[in-house]
This record gives sequence, C-alpha cells and structure tokens, in this order.
Amino acid sequence: MADTQRDDAFVEFERVQKSYDGEILVVKDLNLALPKGEFLTMLGPSGSGKTTCLMMLAGFETATHGDIRLNGESINNIPPHKRGIGMVFQNYALFPHMTIAENLSFPLEVRNIGKSDREAKVKRALDMVEMGDFGGRRPAQLSGGQQQRVALARALVFEPELVLMDEPLGALDKQLREKMQFEITDLAHNLGITTVYVTHDQTEALTMSDRVAVFDDGRIQQLAPPDELYEQPQNSFVAQFIGENNTLVGVVTKIEGDTCEVKLDSGEIIDAKPVNVGAVGDRTTVSIRPERVEIDPELGPDAHTLSAEVLEFIYMGDTFRTRLRVAGNSDFIVKTRNRADQRRYARGDTVKIGWLPQDCRALDA
Amino acid sequence: MLAADGTPLKASLGRALRRQKIRALALIAPLLLFVLLTFVVPIVSMLFRSVENQIVSGTLPGTVVALESWDAGSGGIPSEDVFQNLFFDMFNAAEAKEHTKLGTRLNYENTGLASMFRTSGRSMDDVGEVFQDAIEDVDDQFEDGAFWFAMMNGAGGEDLLRERLERWVDLTGDDMRGDVGFVPSAEIVELLPTTAAAYTDFAIWTAIEDEDVVAEEDPWEAVYAALVVDLENPATGTAIAAYEGEGAEALQAIAAAEMPKADFTAAFADLDEDWANTDVWKTIEVYSSAYTTGYFLNSVDRELTPDGVELRPDNERLYIKLFGRTMWMSMIITLSCIILGYPVAWLLANLPMKSANVLMILVLLPFWTSLLVRTSAWKVLLQQQGVINELLVWLGFVDDANRLILMNNSTGTIIAMTHILLPFMILPLYSVMKTINPTYLRAAKSLGATNITAFRRVYFPQSVPGIGAGSILVFILAIGYYITPEIVGGTDGVFISNRIAYHISRSLNWGLAAALGTILLVLVLALYWVYDQIVGIDNVKLG
Repeated sequence: MADTQRDDAFVEFERVQKSYDGEILVVKDLNLALPKGEFLTMLGPSGSGKTTCLMMLAGFETATHGDIRLNGESINNIPPHKRGIGMVFQNYALFPHMTIAENLSFPLEVRNIGKSDREAKVKRALDMVEMGDFGGRRPAQLSGGQQQRVALARALVFEPELVLMDEPLGALDKQLREKMQFEITDLAHNLGITTVYVTHDQTEALTMSDRVAVFDDGRIQQLAPPDELYEQPQNSFVAQFIGENNTLVGVVTKIEGDTCEVKLDSGEIIDAKPVNVGAVGDRTTVSIRPERVEIDPELGPDAHTLSAEVLEFIYMGDTFRTRLRVAGNSDFIVKTRNRADQRRYARGDTVKIGWLPQDCRALDA
Repeated sequence: MLAADGTPLKASLGRALRRQKIRALALIAPLLLFVLLTFVVPIVSMLFRSVENQIVSGTLPGTVVALESWDAGSGGIPSEDVFQNLFFDMFNAAEAKEHTKLGTRLNYENTGLASMFRTSGRSMDDVGEVFQDAIEDVDDQFEDGAFWFAMMNGAGGEDLLRERLERWVDLTGDDMRGDVGFVPSAEIVELLPTTAAAYTDFAIWTAIEDEDVVAEEDPWEAVYAALVVDLENPATGTAIAAYEGEGAEALQAIAAAEMPKADFTAAFADLDEDWANTDVWKTIEVYSSAYTTGYFLNSVDRELTPDGVELRPDNERLYIKLFGRTMWMSMIITLSCIILGYPVAWLLANLPMKSANVLMILVLLPFWTSLLVRTSAWKVLLQQQGVINELLVWLGFVDDANRLILMNNSTGTIIAMTHILLPFMILPLYSVMKTINPTYLRAAKSLGATNITAFRRVYFPQSVPGIGAGSILVFILAIGYYITPEIVGGTDGVFISNRIAYHISRSLNWGLAAALGTILLVLVLALYWVYDQIVGIDNVKLG
C-alpha cells in the first residue's frame, strides 16, 4: 500500500511483529508510516494490539521482529529515556509526591536545563493548558480534567517532536471529553507536533485525527482519513466497527464494473458496489449505512428493492430510527430526518426499502 | 436550631446517636477491658514500683522518725534514741520476718547490709533477754503472762492500739483485721509509754497473727526492755510511787531495784560493728522517704548519697552503656533490614502473582517457626565449629586457626535479629510498593529519566512511607528484644531487656527493673516523637 511506505515518513513501522509468549502474535506484520505533523489515531477493540504498538514506539516493549524508525533511524535498541518522545498515560501518571510545577520541571531537570530556563518553560507550558495558577498544587488536589491538562503539559514541556497518547480521555465525563478532544487537536496542530493517539472510542478517533488506523487481530484493517473510513470501509470489520452499520449476507452473482449483484441468503437480489470481493460465487457481506437507506424509494426502474417489516419506530428528536426485519435480519436500522412530511410507521407495517448501489458496499464475508 | 418537636437539634441528634454509640461501645468493651486489665494496669503498677520505697519507713517506722534529728554531716553515729527505736522496730520486724526484706532492699544501695540485718534480727531476743532476766529476778510475777495482761489491760488506750495496728499493717502488708482482745489502759500508757507500746505490739501479733489469747502468752523480751527504758526516766520513778493500779507493788519493787543499763547503741555495735558505721546510717537516712528517685538514678549509673547525686564508681557503671548499645544495635538491625528487605519487597510487588506467592511464603515461613527454634538454629550456624565457619574454612576463605567469632557477641545478635525481624520490614514495604503504579516509572522514563533517576526521584520517594512503617516496627521490636540476645548475644551482645529480666527473675530488684523499663518506654516514646517531627507519622503507611 502506498500509504505505508512514504519518503517523508517521520515515524515508520516496518514488518513489525510482537509476541509475549512465543506462541501468539499480538502484532502481526505491522507496516505504518506517518509524516511529520500528522495526528494519527490507532483505533480498535481491546486486545487488538494498538496499545502494544504504542508501547513499542515508546520503548517499553521491544519488537519481536521488524524495524521501528524515528526520523529515519532505527530506534529498536534505544532505551525509552533517550527517544525523546512525549507520552500521556491513561491514568495521567502524574507523580503524586511532586507539585504540578515539579512534575513539569522533572523532564527538564533530567535534561540538565538551567533553573531560570526551566521555570520559564514550565510557566509557558502551564499557561498553554490554562493551568498557570496551579503550579504549587499536588496532583491529588486537581480534578480529572485538570490532571489531564497537566499530563498534557508535562508531555509537551520538553518540546518533543512526537507525542504518544494512550487513551488519555478515558477517565473523563462526556462533556469534558469533547472539550478536551478539541483542545488536544488544536494544540497538536498549533505546535506542529506529530501525534500518535490510541483510543477505542470511534467518535474520538473520527473527530480528532488526520488519519485513523483501525486495528483488529494484530493488524491494521484500514488506514485512512476519517471520512474515507466511514464512507468507504475496506472490509466488514471496519464497516461494522466505525459508526452504525447494517449488514446483509449473500453470494456475488454478477460483477459489472462498478456494480455487482448479490443474492442474499434469503433469496432476494440486491445491487452493491464491489469493494472487497473476488469473483462471482464468493460469499460477501454487504454493508449499508442507516442514513443511506430509503423507505419507499424513488429509484430507477431496474433498481432492486426489498420488502421489510417495521419492528420498532423510535422518536429521537432530530431523527427517527426505524428497526426493520429485512431478509431475515431483524436488526436492520434506518435513520430518517425529522421532516414535516415524514411518515411515521407503526409496528407491523410492511414497507419497501432501497438504496443507491454505490452506498451499498460488498465486502469480505 | 430546633428539631420538628421543638427540642434543640443538637439534643435531638445526640439522643438519636446515643443508641449507636452505646452499641459500639458494648462491642469493643471486651477488648477494652482486656487491654486495661492486662496492659494498662501492669504498666501503671510498674511505673509506680520504680519510685515506691515504703519498705524502709514501713519496717523501721520509729527509727526513721528519730533519725530526722540526726545530722549526717556531723560524722558521728546517731543518738541512743535512734538505736532504742531501732531495737523495737527490729524486734517487731524480726517477729514478722520482714527484716530480711529490708536488708535485701538496702543491700542494692550498700552491699553487706543484707547479712547485717539478717544476723541482727536473729539476735534481738538475746538483747531483750538481759532485761527480762533482771526483772524476773526481782519479782517472779513478771514471768506470768496473765499478770502482765491484768496490769496492762484497761480502757482509754484505743488511740495507741490503733496507732500500733497501723504500724503492723505497714510492716506486714496484711490488713491485720480481727479482735485483739486487749486495750491498753490509759493510766499505764501515761505511766509507762514505751512499755505500753511494746506490749500492744505483742498483743496485736499474738491475737491476730498467732491467733492465741493474749493473757495466756508470756510477753516478748522487748516488753521487758521497754519497761527498763521507761524506768530510766527519772519522772517515771516518782509517778510509779504514786501509782495505785494493778501490779503497783511489783512495779514499785522493780523501780527500786538496780536494773542493767539500757544501752542499745552498744548492743547493736556488738551484734555487727557496721551499726556504728556512719555510711550505713547515711544509706538508711537517704532511703527513708516513702518515694525515691534511687532506682532511676541507679538506672543511669548514678546514686543518691547524702551529698547529692553522684556518678557510680567506674566498675559499677553499666546501664548507660547498655542503653546506648541497645539503641545503636537496634539502629544497625533496622538499617540491615531496610537494605536486605527493600529488594525483596520490590520483587514481591513486581513479580507475577504466581512467583510472588511462592516468595511471600518464603518470607512468612519464619513466622511459622518458633522464635526459640530459629534463634537456636542461628546458634548452630554461627558457632566457631558451626556451618558457616566450616564452609568458610573448607572454601579456604578463613584459616582454620582463626575461625570467625560470629556468636556470643554483638555480631551474633545483629545477624540473628536482622533475620528474625526482616518480615516486619518486608511486609509494610511490600504493601506500600504494591500501591505504586508501574506507569509512574514508565512516565519518568518517557520524560527522559534513566532507570536510576526514575527510581531515585519517582519510585523511592513513594516507597518511603513503607520504609518508615517498617523501621518503626523493627526498631521498636528490636529495642525491647530479649530471647535472641540472651541466646546468641554472649556478654557483648545483650540488650537492656536482658538486664531487666535479670532483675525481675534473679536479683529480684523489681524497683530497678521497673525503673529500667520505664526509661526504655520513655525512650521509645521520645524516639517516636522525634520520628514524627522528622518523617511525620502521616507519612507512615502499612498499606
């Protein structure tokens, strides 16, 4: 893939593998390259290997095989403290026995930076996260959000070019999390630092990142900008993992350039866009976003439609959610905008549904 | 604020909580009582014993009072009056067999007094017998107990009876309850005060301790001596001439007759020449008060002399050195425990569960073995023909002729006690280290700290509370340790507690033992205070 090998790469994983017990590979053949200044998120369910990758990059885990390069140089054998990578931990890891200012001063002291210089940098970093008045406090005296800001300031105070963040917003409430998401991206872009961000929260990943690497089973399933990831998932895992998704299972019966026909297991035939299917006769999982489905569609004459039974009709304010039984799948969701003329369905109604072929992606089984 | 029913809110709250408080109190009451009875009471009684000194004034009440007029600085021995009181006091004490206890007590302060009191007490009868024989030679009615009783008994002498009873209570420690069946007659008390007192003493002892009838018993020799003492007073002779009560004729006959001179000074000097020694009397005078600082002074190698507090002679100084050694060695033991225990605790806290459990069992194993067995095992290991020396000789590190002396000195105590107290250091350290999140170390390293810096600046400061808790535990346990120093300590390696045990069970000088114990307690409290000032007790965590 073109994305994983680029000339301007600042951080590079090349054929990296990792095993803890010599039997199971936690990370399988990881290839990844990101240019300077990029905000890359590693997204995936727990156990998918994303945190292991981050730890290998930070130097706390060694790669079993492969090469990790920073700025063109292999860092496999460089101990973590010499890598100069800033890191924000899940529980912030602020040293409880030091004040906030001492916490920030720590990375500068171990770098033998003079006292006045140190104080200036600490002050600037604290001001940057709007925590200038809290230098004398201890971490335990701060709220979760404030600790988060301090942890961020501490990771940035020694001006690293690369910052790693390991689910830093996991412990915050929703409102604060959204605010911090914005602040972190803002800061990262303003300072021009390269950021690798690990999360299992897809909203976080979509809103913050330049690119998202979706991890599953020790591999990157797809590496793409957020919109591409949502609208053009390359495989059924990504389609399922990112956003809401409806799936139907069947066999490819015809491929014609940009469209194909899929015969569902229930016998119906639908149109889809072949994305990740091989040849006619392969099994496939088709994926359709709930907002791209139309009820009682006004489509071309040769377009295929399916009949569906309304199981539930939920009022959500700005939208309606309709749960349907379609081709044996009783979890088929359709989202419709709350328009004045929108018909409200009742349980048991039978409707016709359809979609544009390009919105329905035929993926791997 | 008022509650809904108009009563003050505070009162209402108090009532609502009272039941809970009473229930909570009832729940802890058994333990509270247990602790009070088995811990607080013994400690308070021990503190009291370290200053208590009623034995001198209780055994020699008259002597102590008479001695007040003696000027110790004059260099002479006390007056005849003192010796006279001493005779009657000693006579009573010898009857009650209390004089040897006093001898033992005073022997702590002035060696030799124990045997002096023992032999003198035995001879009190002989001293009095001289007077008895002389009186009975003049009139044989005095051989008859009933005659004496008829003469002495009467009414109005209740005050004297009560006073003498109190003396007996002080002397014997018994409550002396019961019917004496005798009241001195007021007339005789006035006429023959010393005799009345001596006879009352005899009557009380006979009736209450011997449980005999006073009238049927012959008086003690002391009563005869008292009569002679009374008759030596010229005024008594005139009074007897005018006396018309029971036994008047016999008394008048005695008064007219020539009696041996009552010279108790000479009598005591005959029994033991030390009675004429000013130093002996100085000792008695110094320790005649009911409470004394003597034991405490003794505990810090000082002694109370008539000239004030003085340092004991060089060869008798022991306790300051012992206290110093106890402190110093406890500190070394605590330090060794920190050095040996810290890495183990770190391993325990950082190893995977399974291996950590095995290690934990190894740490706890010593707890399941008897202390005595463990210490004895060290004896086997440390002796000159023991396992360690044999191994070193076999390996060629040590010459066979110069085997290491690892036992019966402070080295042995330090080695064995470090081993025995190690779990008390490891366990609090472990429980504190267990709470230190490993991400702190990672964070430090990601911030650019080397392993050593990360440990020194981030990990170690967070483990200090564990060191504090472990050190307090180990130090306080070490400072009062007894068995191990006793077994492997020899003479150089014993602690102050071994000396306390010696005074409790061998020399029976409980007062000194109590004083040493009190000083130890105060030292521990003082060190705790210093520790609180330096480290802060809030910084001590057991988990």
